[in-house]
Amino acid sequence: MNNTLFLRIDWITLGLYAALVYIGFINIYSATYDENAAFWNLTNPITKQLLFGITGLLGGILLLYVNGKFFEQFAWYFYGLGILLLCGLFLLGKIVSGARSWYGIGGVSLQPSEFMKIAMALLIARILSEFQTNLKSWRQLIKFGVLIAIPMLLIVLQPDPGSALVFTAFTFVLFREGLNIRILYFILSLLGLFLGAILWDTPVMTSIVVLFLSGFYFLLKRLKFQPSLVIFLLIGLIATGFVFTSNYIFNNLFEQRHRDRFNLVLGKTVDNQGIGYNTNQSIIAIGSGGFTGKGFLQGSQTKGNFVPEQHTDYIFSTIGEEWGFLGSFVTLLLFGGLIIRIIVQSEKQSNTFHRSFGYGVASLLFFHFFINVGMALGIVPTIGIPLPFISYGGSSLMAFTFLIFIYLNLDANRLNSY
Amino acid sequence: MNKKLILPGFTVAVILLFTVRLLQLQIVSTVYDKLSMGNAVVTRTLYPERGFMYDRNGHLLVANQPAYDLMVIPEQIEAFDTLELTSLLEISKGQLMTKLREIKKYSTKLPSVIIGQINKQQHAYLQEKIWKYPGFFLQPKSQRAYFTEAAANLFGYVSEVNQNDLKKDNYYAMGELIGRQGIEKYYEKYLRGEKGKAFFQKDKFNRIIGDFEAGSQNISVKQAQDLQLTIDIELQEYGEALLKNKRGGIVAIEPHSGELLALVTAPSFTPELLVGRERSKNFKTLVQDTIAKPLFDRGLQAQYAPGSPFKTLNALIALQEKVIDPNAKVTCNKGHFYARGAFMECKCTIGTKNNLLRGIYKSCNTYFSNTYRQIIEAYPTPQEGITRWNKHLKSFGLGNYLGYDLPIGQPGYIPDADFYNRVYGQKGWKAPTIISNAIGQGEILTTPIQMANFTAAIANRGFFITPHLVRSISNTPDAIEYQKKWTTIDRENFEPVIEGMFNVVERGTARIARIKGIDVCGKTGTVENFIQLNGEKTQLTDHSIFIAFAPKEDPKIALAVFVENGRWGARWAAPIASLMIEKYLTRTVQRSWLENRMLNGSLASEYEKPLLGVPFEINE
Repeated sequence: MNNTLFLRIDWITLGLYAALVYIGFINIYSATYDENAAFWNLTNPITKQLLFGITGLLGGILLLYVNGKFFEQFAWYFYGLGILLLCGLFLLGKIVSGARSWYGIGGVSLQPSEFMKIAMALLIARILSEFQTNLKSWRQLIKFGVLIAIPMLLIVLQPDPGSALVFTAFTFVLFREGLNIRILYFILSLLGLFLGAILWDTPVMTSIVVLFLSGFYFLLKRLKFQPSLVIFLLIGLIATGFVFTSNYIFNNLFEQRHRDRFNLVLGKTVDNQGIGYNTNQSIIAIGSGGFTGKGFLQGSQTKGNFVPEQHTDYIFSTIGEEWGFLGSFVTLLLFGGLIIRIIVQSEKQSNTFHRSFGYGVASLLFFHFFINVGMALGIVPTIGIPLPFISYGGSSLMAFTFLIFIYLNLDANRLNSY
Repeated sequence: MNKKLILPGFTVAVILLFTVRLLQLQIVSTVYDKLSMGNAVVTRTLYPERGFMYDRNGHLLVANQPAYDLMVIPEQIEAFDTLELTSLLEISKGQLMTKLREIKKYSTKLPSVIIGQINKQQHAYLQEKIWKYPGFFLQPKSQRAYFTEAAANLFGYVSEVNQNDLKKDNYYAMGELIGRQGIEKYYEKYLRGEKGKAFFQKDKFNRIIGDFEAGSQNISVKQAQDLQLTIDIELQEYGEALLKNKRGGIVAIEPHSGELLALVTAPSFTPELLVGRERSKNFKTLVQDTIAKPLFDRGLQAQYAPGSPFKTLNALIALQEKVIDPNAKVTCNKGHFYARGAFMECKCTIGTKNNLLRGIYKSCNTYFSNTYRQIIEAYPTPQEGITRWNKHLKSFGLGNYLGYDLPIGQPGYIPDADFYNRVYGQKGWKAPTIISNAIGQGEILTTPIQMANFTAAIANRGFFITPHLVRSISNTPDAIEYQKKWTTIDRENFEPVIEGMFNVVERGTARIARIKGIDVCGKTGTVENFIQLNGEKTQLTDHSIFIAFAPKEDPKIALAVFVENGRWGARWAAPIASLMIEKYLTRTVQRSWLENRMLNGSLASEYEKPLLGVPFEINE
């Protein structure tokens, strides 16, 4: 079986994974570079990250040899274990920068919310693969909702809303497996209305809604579609109501710091010293990189530690500054390649569990990638989640490594599944 | 939408979006580079030490010395002994507190100058005690050091740039120094060198954490260049001593090179006054002295009527124009009528017959009135005559800026046909109308340096080289190059005039200027002058003027001496010129009686006269 596994493994995915991890090490090394620090020292972040990387790799290789059925059958147990660990945090958790998100074991900290993603991906794949599962049924949908909401709630309470938000990524899996696509349009419309409601004053936004709907209505009428006026009126009413509600929620229920993050990205406020400092410094770092970048260890923004959290959430600014457009673009392509490769391979799976799990991995990668890089580029509000494989953080690196290797296992055993 | 395409679609869309954003930030926009530099890079300006000045014999005249700025970082100040600090700094507590308040308003984190340019002595005291004052420290700076008390007028001075300088030349930044007058200004580009830049990487706390890009972007300093001046500092100092308690100027030129050996103006000041903490106070005092005008360089800027020395030029022009025979005699009867009822006095006795030689050494007004008439009347119209005359004079560098290497000066004035046509009308004037020009009065104006220059041209028998103060610039050997400028007078025409000037000293009006063993040629001058006093034109005691060169053959020095209200040429100017020549040519002065009389003589009472508000006698 050894030789055959070697032949069947998805080397492209493994290669993309290795490239991203390598980029991560290079840039963490640069972002945390201190010429006085000894390399082999556990207080040195790059050393820690390397050890986590090696541990993750060893764990990952072990996972390759586990029978794929095991993941499917034990999905509920993993989920349960994850929930227990999350609950345990409230008793035994270590507080780091205000959030009780870590277990401290010896010199290392582990973040259960990262590993919860694996359990969630497995469980969703498991349930979707069950025969009686029907995404058209409200009961089933509610079941999914509750299962996803439990870890989210526990993580929000740590509080770590960013990590909680990641779990919404699993909706992509549900859409792939038959969740009504109109719900996606509905969510996107709501998101659009919400952003519009923040960006423009309520009367302006209301007029936009009315103009858009009436234009659409008359267009359909001209095209002889015979749209129902009642439905349009109803949609208009709901949309307007939502605009008013959004405005109320944004102004009254959101905390100021959340409002600030939205306002900054939407360009409503400019504040480069206070709340906008991080993003602004990140943009300066990336912008000053130019086409080829300033070179390894040569980024003046990076050296001067101007970008806060640069080795974790803002690691992309190091890539942008030191490796320029070329390095950043290559990184984007590697991510895109990895996500699409996993999707393409998963689509080949006839086994729903295998396919759904692969989809879950791709969804998580996409969500992290979109939020993290978008934040570094100043087009997504500040949400503190790591860039997979690249950001400093042992739990994240290990969790994503495990996700990739479980995927590799399932992919390699595509033909064995029945 | 195909459900299989949702996630791939989003992925591709997001990557496109990010790529566009990256292009916008990294390729299209150029502001981030600058922002990043401003953010993470500290620029330190590196200054070269200002160039030195040496005299023609290699004596160091101007160098630099350290001065110290007392700096303060307000947020680091702890309670301190105010009394001791104020007494060390020689300021009052109130002044200190006001200054501190102003500084705090500017910044509490950045260092500011609290007291600038502390001298060596105060610095020595402060250095001992400064540790007691957290937040205060001393920052070394460079300022000018002088090794002579003379020549302030030609050195000029150095001071901080002002808004005007900043607008004119973007080389300078606030707080930097610039040459402000004299050589410091004219040769600024050589003396300052080129400043350099060093870049340092800083962190978010503004701490310097090392070189930026290993110093590869640094711009190294271009060293300043030293100047060797043409000045003989001993002669300069001697000249200033001779003019002590007098007003006037001495300009001495080495004729064959045009090098200025001395450029003296009196009264003057020591260059030391315009350096250091007291600079602006001292400068104000000098500016406000509108009576003695110590900042007014009389050698360069004072425009006087040249008086009798000008006769030498009229003689040269007449010879060149062949309108006189050097041997032909003109009768003088204590003067002559140059027009009906208009008499010009002369010192000759009645019935004196003068040829050119005697005309010069007796300084006969009648002889030169006749000569001048011949010049003007040699042409059909006085206009043509004066145009001719004017052209000859211009070739001696008169009536225009000489073009020497100092930023100040005056053109003087040589009248022309247009001028008299305007004053008298086209037909309203003839030679007698403008006869004063014959004896260097009238409308002619010259500066002492112009007089010294035409004297050098006579000494050279026909050419001069633009007078200048800098002999060579270190590392730039070709920077100083001057061409001979030929006058319109032929060489042979100089000999009779030079013979006349030699006789002036040998047996004429300036016998006092004779030096044993040296053939001195000269010409005295006594110039009437007037001021406006209470709205009336009031005549003052005559100026004393002397031009000279020596030795007669192979001249080594040519000079013009001007002593305001010195009464007549031979009284002050001639002896001073003679002493200068002796000093320069022999390095010692034998005639201590004459030297003492000149060194100790004072014209203070003469200068007081118009200020006392009572009627006064002149030329007494």
